[in-house]
Amino acid sequence: MKTQAISATPPEQLQQVTFDSAMEARIEELLQRYPTKRAALLPVLWLCQERYGWISQGVIEAVARRLGESPAFVEGVVSFYTMFFRQPPAKYVLQLCVTLSCELCGAQRLAQRIKEKLGIGFGEKTADGVFQLVGVECLGACGGAPVLQVNQDYYEHMSEEALDQLLEELAKEQ
Amino acid sequence: MESILLRARGVPNSRDLDSYLARGGWEGLKRALAMAPEAVIQEVIDSELRGRGGAGFPTGRKWSFVPKDHPGPKYLICNADESEPGTFKDREIIEYDPQMVLEGIAIAAYAIGAHTAYIYIRGEFFRWARLLEEAIGQARSRGFLGKDILGSGFDLEVWVHRGAGAYICGEETALIESLEGKRGFPRLKPPFPAVVGLFGQPTVVNNVETLACIPHILTRGAKWFASIGRPRNTGPKLFCVSGHVNRPGVYELPLGVSFREIIYEHAGGIRNGNRLKAFFPGGSSAPVLTAQDVDVAADFDACAAAGSMLGSGGIIVMDETVNMVEVGRNLAHFYAHESCGQCTPCREGSDWCLDIFNRLLQGLGHPSDPEQLLRICRYASQGMTICPLGDAFALPISSLVTKFREEFEAAIKRSRPLPPQKLPVMPWTGKDIRFGG
Ligand SMILES: Cc1cc2nc3c(=O)[nH]c(=O)nc-3n(C[C@H](O)[C@H](O)[C@H](O)COP(=O)(O)O)c2cc1C
Ligand code: SF4
Ligand code: FES
Repeated sequence: MKTQAISATPPEQLQQVTFDSAMEARIEELLQRYPTKRAALLPVLWLCQERYGWISQGVIEAVARRLGESPAFVEGVVSFYTMFFRQPPAKYVLQLCVTLSCELCGAQRLAQRIKEKLGIGFGEKTADGVFQLVGVECLGACGGAPVLQVNQDYYEHMSEEALDQLLEELAKEQ
Repeated sequence: MESILLRARGVPNSRDLDSYLARGGWEGLKRALAMAPEAVIQEVIDSELRGRGGAGFPTGRKWSFVPKDHPGPKYLICNADESEPGTFKDREIIEYDPQMVLEGIAIAAYAIGAHTAYIYIRGEFFRWARLLEEAIGQARSRGFLGKDILGSGFDLEVWVHRGAGAYICGEETALIESLEGKRGFPRLKPPFPAVVGLFGQPTVVNNVETLACIPHILTRGAKWFASIGRPRNTGPKLFCVSGHVNRPGVYELPLGVSFREIIYEHAGGIRNGNRLKAFFPGGSSAPVLTAQDVDVAADFDACAAAGSMLGSGGIIVMDETVNMVEVGRNLAHFYAHESCGQCTPCREGSDWCLDIFNRLLQGLGHPSDPEQLLRICRYASQGMTICPLGDAFALPISSLVTKFREEFEAAIKRSRPLPPQKLPVMPWTGKDIRFGG
């Protein structure tokens, strides 16, 4: 498995957003699935996050325009969910599960190891923008505790050695 | 017991439609389509299947609440949010046998008269959302989904809808709000979703594992299904075992086997030869059971009789090395993070509990803390909140205080004396000690 890096569009390019025809086609296709435009909000936001890497104010405004909502409504929804990035994320977002089964199986040791190796704690990013550590709640994979999600991929039964190796591999991709 | 829900585990290319057909897949739908919808519902009622999502509500009865003469559309939702800590079974079903879930969806939709179904899957499950979409594509191309299914005149479209990170969206009314494009705020009930649900229309919400049972009930009959387990607690169940066991994982067993058998025989016993101290029998929202309860039967009624609940079947095992105040802190952190914030007792109560746990663990405990915790929990449960998340945080935490009181007292004893408290809860302005907020 090779975890795909996130490539985040720089903020200055996301101040004013207009969807190109490829995005428009996909939005149109999503709208067919629901009786209301509003119901397509989460899927459209996902589409944007895939495309731009994160949800800027400009993206919120573009989505609101497209679906006929107010920017405030869209922002309210975006802020409710933990997975939408409101800031450009690092290339690799290390999402360490800190809920019970993972804590019982050593999640704290992994957090410690990340701190030693990369110098970042929860909520922090490395200076080169490659890694970012986030504490997340149960990932629904507790049988594989401790669990680390990196971008879209799950890494289960993480030992400190496996973590070292993973971080090295990801860093080498640069 | 023979493997039923997990029979595809280990089969090469098990996700493939042809592999599913070779196992007798999609036969249940054929039978259902030859029956009247009411007869399908009756068959499910007779099987005594109870929902596997947490509440254990009888599935057939839930379907029967959907008004038959409703003029507008009706909806079926498959709940694949899998967000209850300790639960990781729906992902396993989707990984090995997504066609089985789709067949269950198709039968359920036919029974209630829905022509659109949504699978609401948690946002973190990127891979499993893709697997479901591939499975839908295959089923559609072979006429098991889409227009005029198998020439019966029944139409059904199934869409995968991804959440975006929120435990509360597993609760059915929060899920519906989220699917409608809003924040995941649970709704007051009644009205129940079966009458007023998605887009204001009658809606059935069923868990992945519940729906996965349906094709088997239709192919092999309600009697066969009801012969597994015991009355009112029938059928196979996926037990998820995590924590301090040698072989964590998902085990398919009949309802009613003992926790001893699950933990010691199937999950290989406690790590390092340690002693069992306690376990959550049905996800972290179920009151904790202790080592003395290990012979309780793992089914809905026996767990309720033991003062807990089977919930989703997520068994979190803790050995003798675990400090229960730490466990309380971990859970309070989870619920304080996941409370949607609509109800004061849940929003504030979960935060207050977290503050108290953090204090206790930093040597700042107060003799009244155990009572404070119990009082906060009392106000957050017993129907004082819009949705059951209030109980979900209050019941396990109060069970920890009641059953392991001596560990709380010990933490208080280790504390340095505090000035007298004027406020119900000591205000806490420090950071959460372990996760930085
Ligand atoms: C806080 C909370 C979280 C829940 N999370 C889930 C979940 O992740 N998956 C699920 O199937 N049911 C979950 N439920 C239960 C659902 O509300 C609903 O009862 C269930 O999906 C119904 O399906 P069933 O009848 O097939 O069990 C949750 C309930 C509550 C109160
Ligand atoms: S009980 Fe908690 S999660 Fe449920 S509606 Fe109230 S505040 Fe939200
Ligand atoms: S507790 Fe970490 S995946 Fe569930």
